[in-house]
Amino acid sequence: MLREGPMIDAHRVTLAAQDDFEGWRDAARDLAEAGVPPSAIIWRVDGGPDDLFATDATQPKGASFAVPRAFIDLAKSVVCHSDPERFALLYAMLWKLRTNRNAFEDRADPLVDRLERLAKEVRRDVHKMHAFVRFREINDRFVAFFEPDHHIVRHTAGFFVRRFTNMRWSILTPELSIYWDGEALTEGPGAARAEAPGGDPLEAMWKTYYASIFNPARLKVGAMLKEMPKKYWRNMPETSLVQPLIANARTRELEMIDRAAAKTGLKHALEAERSIEPGGNLRASWEALFKEARGCTRCDLYKHATQTVFGEGPLDASIMFVGEQPGDQEDLAGRPFVGPAGQVFDEALEKAGIPRSQVYVTNAVKHFKFEQKGKKRVHSKPNAGEIEACRWWIDQERSLIRPPVTVALGATAARSVLDKVVTISKVRGSPIPLAEGGECWVTVHPSFLLRIPEPERRVEERQKFVDDLKRIRDRAEKLTA
Amino acid sequence: MAQLDLQSKLAILADAAKYDASCASSGTSKRDSRGGKGLGSTEGMGICHAYAPDGRCISLLKILLTNSCIFDCAYCINRKSSNVRRARFTAEEVVRLTLEFYKRNYIEGLFLSSGIIRSSNYTMEQIVEVARSLREDHDFRGYIHLKTIPDADPELVRQAGLYADRVSINVELPTEDGLRRLAPEKDGGQIESAMSDTRAAIDEGEEAKKKYKSAPGYAPAGQSTQMIVGADAASDGDIITRASGLYDRFRLRRVYYSAFSPIPDASAVLPLKRPPLLREHRLYQSDWLMRFYGFKPAEVVNAAGDDGMLPLDIDPKLAWALKFRESFPVDVNRAPKEQLLRVPGLGTKAVDRILASRRWRKLRLDDVARLTVSISKVRPFIATIDWRPTLLTDRADLRTLLAPREQQLELFAA
Repeated sequence: MLREGPMIDAHRVTLAAQDDFEGWRDAARDLAEAGVPPSAIIWRVDGGPDDLFATDATQPKGASFAVPRAFIDLAKSVVCHSDPERFALLYAMLWKLRTNRNAFEDRADPLVDRLERLAKEVRRDVHKMHAFVRFREINDRFVAFFEPDHHIVRHTAGFFVRRFTNMRWSILTPELSIYWDGEALTEGPGAARAEAPGGDPLEAMWKTYYASIFNPARLKVGAMLKEMPKKYWRNMPETSLVQPLIANARTRELEMIDRAAAKTGLKHALEAERSIEPGGNLRASWEALFKEARGCTRCDLYKHATQTVFGEGPLDASIMFVGEQPGDQEDLAGRPFVGPAGQVFDEALEKAGIPRSQVYVTNAVKHFKFEQKGKKRVHSKPNAGEIEACRWWIDQERSLIRPPVTVALGATAARSVLDKVVTISKVRGSPIPLAEGGECWVTVHPSFLLRIPEPERRVEERQKFVDDLKRIRDRAEKLTA
Repeated sequence: MAQLDLQSKLAILADAAKYDASCASSGTSKRDSRGGKGLGSTEGMGICHAYAPDGRCISLLKILLTNSCIFDCAYCINRKSSNVRRARFTAEEVVRLTLEFYKRNYIEGLFLSSGIIRSSNYTMEQIVEVARSLREDHDFRGYIHLKTIPDADPELVRQAGLYADRVSINVELPTEDGLRRLAPEKDGGQIESAMSDTRAAIDEGEEAKKKYKSAPGYAPAGQSTQMIVGADAASDGDIITRASGLYDRFRLRRVYYSAFSPIPDASAVLPLKRPPLLREHRLYQSDWLMRFYGFKPAEVVNAAGDDGMLPLDIDPKLAWALKFRESFPVDVNRAPKEQLLRVPGLGTKAVDRILASRRWRKLRLDDVARLTVSISKVRPFIATIDWRPTLLTDRADLRTLLAPREQQLELFAA
C-alpha cells in the first residue's frame, strides 16, 4: 500500500526501554494536550516491533490539565508490566481523565479495573523479588540470579540498595543485571542462570533451619504453593527440601492412623500421639542427614558404588544395629541388610523375638566396597580411613536416635562404635558403656554365619547369635522400662 | 555428649521454636542501612521470604537461645521434664547466624525466645545481649522481635524494648484456671502486670518521640502475645472475650493463637486429641472481624453456637450473617461502610472500592462482581439496582448452599 500526501496516519512514540515511565509520561502529556485520541497512537519500545505507517509523534502544545496523583503512582507500576498493551491502556485512561478528572475513582469502570489488575500483578512480582532473591557470597560479593515476570528490576533496585548499602552485590536477571559497589548502581546486560555462582556453604545452614521450623503436624501444601509458586523454586535453595518434607509428613500421619486404629485404650492412644514427632526435631534432622548423606564424598568409595545406603528404622528405636557395609544387593536396593546376610539377620531377629520394624539398622560404612571379579562384584573389607570417614554419619545417626542399646555386628562395626580395635570373642556377651550414654554390645556379623563351612558349627554359631540377640532384647526392655 | 556443632544446634533450637505462631515483621518504623556501617532495612510492610510446607511463612529467623528450661509447663515441649535434646546458642552465635542469613536475603530479622535457664534475669540478660550486639556492634537495622520474661528485672525488659522492634509476653493460656493447672509455675497476675508495664513504656516512647524526633523509639512495632488453643477447656467465646480484653487493656498489636499441637513426650495432663487447625483459623478470622470489620467482641461471640464454639465449616462472618438475617440484604448503593463490612464475602478492599465507585455510578450486580473476589458468596446478602435476593436470604438451606462442599475429615474423629 502506498502512502499518499503528508497525512499523518498515526502518531508513533518510541520509548527508551520497557520500563520507561518518564518517556511515556512526557509523550502522553504532549499528545493528550494536543488532543490526539488513543486510537491514533502507536506505542513501541526502542528495539521492539515497529509500525510502518507511523511517523514520530509531533508535540503540539494545547491546554494543559492535571491528573490525580493516584493515577501517576499506578502508571509507574503498570509501565513495568510485560503486557504490550500497557502504554496504550494508560493513555486511554489519561484520555478519559482529560474530560473527567474523577474518572479514575470509578473502580467499577472496566479500564480502571484492568489497570488496577496490571498494577497488582507488578506489585506482587516486586514483592516476590524482594522476598525470593537469594544471594550467594563469592569473593566478598553477593550474587543472585532471579527471573521476574515483569520489567521490574530497575524498579526494585532501590530496595536492595537501601537494605544492603554496605555490601557489594549483583542481581542477574535474563533481561538486565544490576550491580552495586557500595556507592553506585550500574547496569549490565541480561544473564543466564549458569553465570550465577553455585552453592554457598551457608545454604546448608539455611536448609537446616527451613526443615526444622516446619511443623509436620500441620501440613498445608496448598497454602504454601499459593504464596510460593513453583516458578520461583528454581532459584531458592530451600525448595529442594519441600518434596521430602511433605512425603515424610504424610507417611508419619498414615502410620499414626494405622497405629491408632490397631490399638485401643488410653496408653496406646497416648503412644500414637507421641509417635507423631519422636523427639521433635528428630525426624527433620534425620531427613536432612539422610539427604546430605546421599551426596557423600568423604572417601573414595562413592565413586564406584551405586548409592549411599543409609540407616533405616524408627527414630525412637531402643536398639540400633550397626553392620559393616552394604553388600551387592544393598548397594542396588539402597537399603541395609536386604541381601543373604540380611536374611540370616532377619531370621535370627525373629527367633529372638525382636521385630525388625522396631529397630534401627545401619552400617559403619555407607558405600559398597568391592572388587570386580568378572561379572561379580566381590565384597572387600573397608579400611581404617574409610571407617573413620564414615564415622561422621554414624555418629550423627547415633546422636539423633540415642539408642539405649547399640549392637555392633562384627569387628568393623565395633571399631566404628567403640573407636578402637577389639577382639570379638573377648568383648562378646556383656555391655560396654558408651561415653555419650547408652551401651554397646558386640557380636558377630551375620555374614560370618553364612561363611561357616561345617554344618554343625554353623547351627551352633547361629544359636549363639540368637542367644546374644535375646540377651540384648531383655537388656533393652529393662533399660526402657 | 559430644559438643554439638552450630548446624545441629540450629536444628534443635529452630525446631523448638516452631510452636511460636508469630513471624510478623511489619508495622515498625522505617529505616535503612544508608549512612550506616551495618546492614538492614524495614519499610513498613514485612516480607515473607519463604513458606514451609505447613503453609506458614518464614520471615524471621525464629529460634530459641536455649531449649533448656527450669519450668515445667505441661503444654511446652521444652519443659523441664521433657526428654527432648537440649542445646544452647551463645549470644555471638545467634548474632552471626542472623547477620549471615540476612546478608543472603533469607530473612527480615530475628525472633528470639528462650527457655529459662538459671534465672529469669540471667536469661533476659542473654536475650538483651544478642539484640545489643546486633544493634551496637554490627549496626543491624533489620527487624528484631524479643520475647521478654515477665518476672525479669524491669530494667532488662526496658533495654529489650529499646533494641527491639516488637516485644511479646505470652499469656500462654486463655483461662486463669488453665494456667494454674498446666503452667503452675507461671503467674497470670505477673504476666499481665508485665504487659501493662510494656504498654506504659511504649506509650512513653511514643510521647517522647512526638516531642523530640531523636528520642529512642521503644518497640515501635508494639507488643503482641500468644495463647495456646485447645489445651484447656476454654471455648471460642471465652478466648475471644479474653483476647479483646487484652487488646483493650494493653493495646496489643496482635494476639496470636497457637493450636495446641501434639508434642513429643506429651504430658499426661494434656488432652489426647489435638484441636483441628481450623479452630485456630476461625479464631484468627474472628480476630480480623474485631480489628478490621468493626465487630464488637460480644457480636462475634454471638456467632458462636450454644457451646460457645464457632462453627468449623463456615467462617465466623458468614455464621453471624446467617444468624442475623434481618440485617440483610445490604443495599450496596446506599448502605454505610459499617454495614457493607458485615457482608460475608466483602473484604475491606472490596468495600473501599464499592464506596469509591458508587460516587460515580449506581452499581449493578456485574459491577460488584468486578470489585469482589467471588460474587456468589456475596449475592445472597446484597441488593443492587438490578438484584434483590429476598428469597435466598430466607432460605432455610442457605447454610448448606454456602458452606464449602468438601470437608476434610478430622484425623481422630470419634
